[in-house]
Amino acid sequence: MGLPDSSQVLSTEMEVDAFRRIFPLRFFERHLSESLRPDARPLGKARDTIVNLGLVSTADGSALAKIGSTTMLAAIRMEVMTPSADSPDEGSIALEFHMPPICSPTVRPGRPADAAPVISKRLSDTILSSGMIDLKELCLVSGKAAWMGYLDIYCLDADGALFDAALLAAVAAFSNLQIPVVALNDNGRIVAITGGKDQDNASIIEKKAVNKEKRKLTLNNIPFSLTCILHKNYILADPTTEEETIMDTLVTVVLDSSDHMVSFYKSGGTVLASSSAIKSCVELARTRAKELKQILGEMDID
Amino acid sequence: MEVDREDGRTPNQLRPLACSRNILHRPHGSASWSQGDTKVLAAVYGPKAGTKKNENAEKACFEVIWKPKTGQIGKVEKEYEMILKRTIQSICVLTVNPNTTTSVIIQVVHDDGSLLPCAINAACAALVDAGIPMKHLAVAICCCLADNGYVVLDPNKLEEKKMTALAYLVFPNTTLSVLPEGSSVAEGEPVEHGIITSVTHGVMSVDDYFLCVENGRAATASLSAFFRKNFQQSQRDSSKAG
Repeated sequence: MGLPDSSQVLSTEMEVDAFRRIFPLRFFERHLSESLRPDARPLGKARDTIVNLGLVSTADGSALAKIGSTTMLAAIRMEVMTPSADSPDEGSIALEFHMPPICSPTVRPGRPADAAPVISKRLSDTILSSGMIDLKELCLVSGKAAWMGYLDIYCLDADGALFDAALLAAVAAFSNLQIPVVALNDNGRIVAITGGKDQDNASIIEKKAVNKEKRKLTLNNIPFSLTCILHKNYILADPTTEEETIMDTLVTVVLDSSDHMVSFYKSGGTVLASSSAIKSCVELARTRAKELKQILGEMDID
Repeated sequence: MEVDREDGRTPNQLRPLACSRNILHRPHGSASWSQGDTKVLAAVYGPKAGTKKNENAEKACFEVIWKPKTGQIGKVEKEYEMILKRTIQSICVLTVNPNTTTSVIIQVVHDDGSLLPCAINAACAALVDAGIPMKHLAVAICCCLADNGYVVLDPNKLEEKKMTALAYLVFPNTTLSVLPEGSSVAEGEPVEHGIITSVTHGVMSVDDYFLCVENGRAATASLSAFFRKNFQQSQRDSSKAG
């Protein structure tokens, strides 16, 4: 890296694009000192967020979430399983986060990305500990049958704030979830009721439908997350990949709809989080949670 | 009003600490760290030439290998590896040995709660033993929030399960070296009050989190003193032997 003096001399005659590549940190700091970011956002503002529901017809619930250009596709498939002996009246949720090579140039085909299992673990921790889903609602017959929800989240485009987008997609997919109707047949087995065929209808009535109509899960305490970058005294909300690679201190705050903290995640980074920085991050997350709640609320009306 | 703990500790009392360094022959640095029944062995190899793919060759690179007590590594261990790697990167001076890789191997000997903080402390002691240049130490602690709103420090496995929420916090230790004026204070707070790493499980209010941070921070002072005493002790021993 050049001496500070040399960069000063160069910067006067260099094109902006070249300057951005050669002195990325200096480029960003020049923007930050003007309280602005290269993509014309103020420091505390998140990118435009779009959520679309029900895109995958083969899944029981699905959603596509976009934060800026970060794109996540989440889909849930429900299957009947026997609940474990310790919790006979609870279903379960298995979450998997995938980062295929399509999402980013740093992911090589054949070798799974390092970040994928970590984000996967954090997501399932957050969703299960937030109490958003009452696992008892997934029970069909106590001790005999319960729902197993397979939630798969695919990252289609990784441009920063992966966890935020993945969590949003997961929450939206759960709000879109339609639990299929099943019945208990004579052998004590759970079978799916597929509407449509007339000759089956009679037998359906004979069979006792375990869940009467297609049910929706009640979601309480929905978690909303915001990732921030700490750099010197600046706090940048919702970073892009470029910002994440240049400034390495990331803080993710997850708040639920009743304003409780579900997770405060910071792993290393050059900047230490002081109490005042933590407070500002929580404050930013609070406003972001309101925004996201509104975005999800609009979805439900449709 | 006080929380009753099964082992009769007060809420802020840590389990007995033990740390011994230079216990393995082959690695460049090694340490074992135990808090009560939780025991972790850490070994450091390096710096070795070259960095891994996708890593910045202008800086020193670290890799962390987590070996559980039994079985294969899963997502939990992968997450621990990532947290530990990023924590180590933030406390080490990366520009002294550019284009090198240092391996940190963590072997869990016994897990009785507060495993990740224990491993971070062990890794830190092993890095010191290997003579890897560091800015400061990282001191890790596990804080639990009990049902009645009390904060309990350094829980064992049983307590971890019963608690509503828990937070793993890592703070820098207090530096005694001479620093330029003003650099030891950031935004009116001493540097050792800043959080290096924070991982939480379970739902708590924001105020409860700050309560955890405060109590954790107070406890790291004694942990940090233990580190220092231990290092001075072994330094004296080695100089006597030499």
